[in-house]
Amino acid sequence: MKATIHITLKNGVLDPQGKAIENALGQLGFGGVDEVRQGKLIEVNLSESDPQKAEAALTDMCEKLLANTVIENYQIHLDGEA
Amino acid sequence: MQASVIVFPGSNCDRDVAVCIEAAMGKAPLMAWHGDSDLPKSDLIVLPGGFSYGDYLRCGSMAANSPIMREVVAQAKKGAAVLGICNGFQVLTECGLLPGVLMQNKGLNFVCRNTRLTVTNNKTAFTAQYKAGEEITVPVAHNEGNYFADDDTLKRLQDDDCIAFTYAAGDNPNGACLDIAGICDPSGRIVGMMPHPERRAEAALGGEDGKRMFSGIVEALS
Repeated sequence: MKATIHITLKNGVLDPQGKAIENALGQLGFGGVDEVRQGKLIEVNLSESDPQKAEAALTDMCEKLLANTVIENYQIHLDGEA
Repeated sequence: MQASVIVFPGSNCDRDVAVCIEAAMGKAPLMAWHGDSDLPKSDLIVLPGGFSYGDYLRCGSMAANSPIMREVVAQAKKGAAVLGICNGFQVLTECGLLPGVLMQNKGLNFVCRNTRLTVTNNKTAFTAQYKAGEEITVPVAHNEGNYFADDDTLKRLQDDDCIAFTYAAGDNPNGACLDIAGICDPSGRIVGMMPHPERRAEAALGGEDGKRMFSGIVEALS
């Protein structure tokens, strides 16, 4: 089973890279960009086929290593989910 | 007294720190490899600066989960003094021995220069040889030194006198909350700091302001 994990900075946490991208888009002439936030995308292939067990394992992985919950949120998407 | 320096793949200040410890203690520290799961009982453990595991995922995150760190955390909880410098500070926050996180510098640049620091707490195990409020000069060299924690944590750090060093007024190189350059745990035995005292510990390096960190901890533990 394949999973995709989106890791994003929490609201209110300064994102200097996102800010730099936002400024660069403005300089390229793209109007109407109110804000850019940069995050990470991690793909994990699991041998587990039970979605509930997979989600539980992935949550544990996020809490222990993949995300730093002081500043980051994570969202787990299992393949096949909408 | 037994001192140990932990060496991760990508550490690059381990030997500088070892020189400082040997100068202060009269005996070379043990150099412990990240993959070891045994660490001889140590009174002092130093996590040096560098780019452990290439800074993959987040600075310090892979190192925080290495076999040796289980031992470091266990010994820290039993009373060992622990100093994390730069990447070592990042490892201490990632493994939970100190609160908060070191984020990317606000200005997006790697900053490598001397900074003026205020010794905010001279009662830690490492800072007793400084005067309270003393201003010292110690260099920084980092891309992720922007200390961040939520408001409750920052208040707790202030209330418990856990801010060890701050950047002097106008000299914050990275946007750190409350100008924090270094913090400690409530006992004062675990200290993490972004500036590099080992890089200013001999007159030949431009100054000796960092030297008292090492002579101070040796005096405290002897």
